Amino acid sequence: MASTHTVVRPGSTKRSTSGWAPTARKLTPYAFLSPTVIVMLVLMLIPVIMVIGYSFMDNVITNKNPVFVGIDNYVEVLSDPVFRTATGNTLFFTLVSVAAHLLLGLGFAMLLNSPLVGNVTKALFRVVYILPWLFTVAIIAVLWRLMLNPNGVINYVLISLGLTDKGIEWLSSPDTALLAVTFINIWAGYSFYMVTLLAGLQGVPADLYEAARVDGASAFQRFWNVTLPQLKPIIISMSVLDIIWTSQQFALIWMTTGGGPVNVTEMLSTYTYKLAFSRYEFSVASASAVLILLLTMVLAFFYVRHQKARD
Amino acid sequence: MTTFAQKQSPATRTTPDAARRAPAQKPRRRPKDRLAKVVIILLLLTGAAFAAFPILWMASSSFKPNTEIFAYPPQLITSNFSFDAYITILTDPTKVRFFINSYVVSLAVTALTLLVAILASYAFSRYEFKGKRPINMIIVSIQAVPPITLLIPFFGLMVVLGLYNTYQGLILTYLVFTLPYAIIMMTGYFNTLPKELDEAARMDGAGPLTVLWRILVPISIPGIVSVGVYTFMIAWNEYLFALTLTRTEDMRTVPIGIQLLMGQNSYEWNEMMAMSILGCIPVLILFLFFQRYFIGGMTAGAVKS
Repeated sequence: MASTHTVVRPGSTKRSTSGWAPTARKLTPYAFLSPTVIVMLVLMLIPVIMVIGYSFMDNVITNKNPVFVGIDNYVEVLSDPVFRTATGNTLFFTLVSVAAHLLLGLGFAMLLNSPLVGNVTKALFRVVYILPWLFTVAIIAVLWRLMLNPNGVINYVLISLGLTDKGIEWLSSPDTALLAVTFINIWAGYSFYMVTLLAGLQGVPADLYEAARVDGASAFQRFWNVTLPQLKPIIISMSVLDIIWTSQQFALIWMTTGGGPVNVTEMLSTYTYKLAFSRYEFSVASASAVLILLLTMVLAFFYVRHQKARD
Repeated sequence: MTTFAQKQSPATRTTPDAARRAPAQKPRRRPKDRLAKVVIILLLLTGAAFAAFPILWMASSSFKPNTEIFAYPPQLITSNFSFDAYITILTDPTKVRFFINSYVVSLAVTALTLLVAILASYAFSRYEFKGKRPINMIIVSIQAVPPITLLIPFFGLMVVLGLYNTYQGLILTYLVFTLPYAIIMMTGYFNTLPKELDEAARMDGAGPLTVLWRILVPISIPGIVSVGVYTFMIAWNEYLFALTLTRTEDMRTVPIGIQLLMGQNSYEWNEMMAMSILGCIPVLILFLFFQRYFIGGMTAGAVKS
């Protein structure tokens, strides 16, 4: 770096940059950014262009000389009833998960923020509540397959309580599989909200509560009129992020139900994966992948706009 | 909160107890508080059972013989307590290899991510330049690109580049997912450090790299640890690309290894649970030692500093 050896002229003020060769100074930030830009160009921009290209070809990767087929692949995906089922399932899975994450996360965060509980107790419970978040999805999947097994411990508890006569096949019955994977995902993901909302709660100025208390506001009124408005920006960013992440969930579904039975837990991600790596229809899969990208970009647009508004 | 003030009657506003209590003062224990405390503790315990029971069950099952996994009635601590499942895993070279692979890939990704992200964040934090805002916005939105969208072209790309079924292929792939988040977080951290620090060093004739390496990096260790821990975890836990971009057993990572155990003739539940416990130990250790930094990483996305 040439500028390293430039000597600062004596007498230059603290904020002055006159000692730096102007062009070197201008190029420095780009030099620092270049590794990032190269990685992102090669591993993000090019693949995205590739997948869009694939989606307009007849079968790529397996076919040496693919030809342009226009929007045929998109027509095929959009007219596939399984694609529509997968969209519906993804919507249900995502919305229920995100709502439950938010409610559980907020509930636990409020409990942990209560002035009535000692600090050591809080710290202990906080660690316990974060635990599910520390496990990788592969582990969560096998763990819940064990717990939800027809002979597993969950069914044992339900039978003991008289709620059911015999073990329920939670993950392999078409009636319960979608609910079961959604439940697993709720268990796995609320911690993120809890930790973030706890940080948010601790950032609410104490005098706001004090003022509300002086005004005689009830606990619920304080929550509704002080806590919620203060947390609103955090809640919005987290929910949008969570919608993006949850709608892309692959590993959990793949390792618990594989999208079955009879497509009741098929998600957009598992549907696309199967098209590509089970049926080797890489072009059709690419069309589906581009559609998922478009959906996500709409969400990302709202996220970026929201973040900018907070700046 | 003007809405309150208007709604409340003057009588309630002058409650002497509430009015005199200073914010920092410890609230006096009243019967109502005591009841509230009991309710809160009960709720906390219910929540703890919800969060921790499955994990306890995993640990418990890993010490059972496989024949007792579905014993009726279930037992949390078996009388046939043994480490056999762990010994089976740790003496099987194929399974130990899964762990080695995971460590190699995750550590390399962490090192590379930190290096590239520190350089980029320095530019974002300390320089004004053309294209700063658009580049920043692209990095933020890249976080949202669905992995499944990149999977098919990556598969093609890795085959063409000869990186299919190699460490390098996985490491490069993971960089795409760790870098944006690492840059955003690192930039946030650098922004909290006063600019006077580097300007003073520049007055002494130090160049930008020297300033970054000798001044900023040493005082940014907490931020770097945060980013590093989080990056390691993303890499350690990744599943979709590890599944697709590797083929042979000697290249598989731990998450795939756990799945492979499931595919064998019979379900060795105790071994799967033992492998799961072993598989989460690095993350658990990181969490216990760096809890504060960890939480910093978790909240960085949504809470603005």
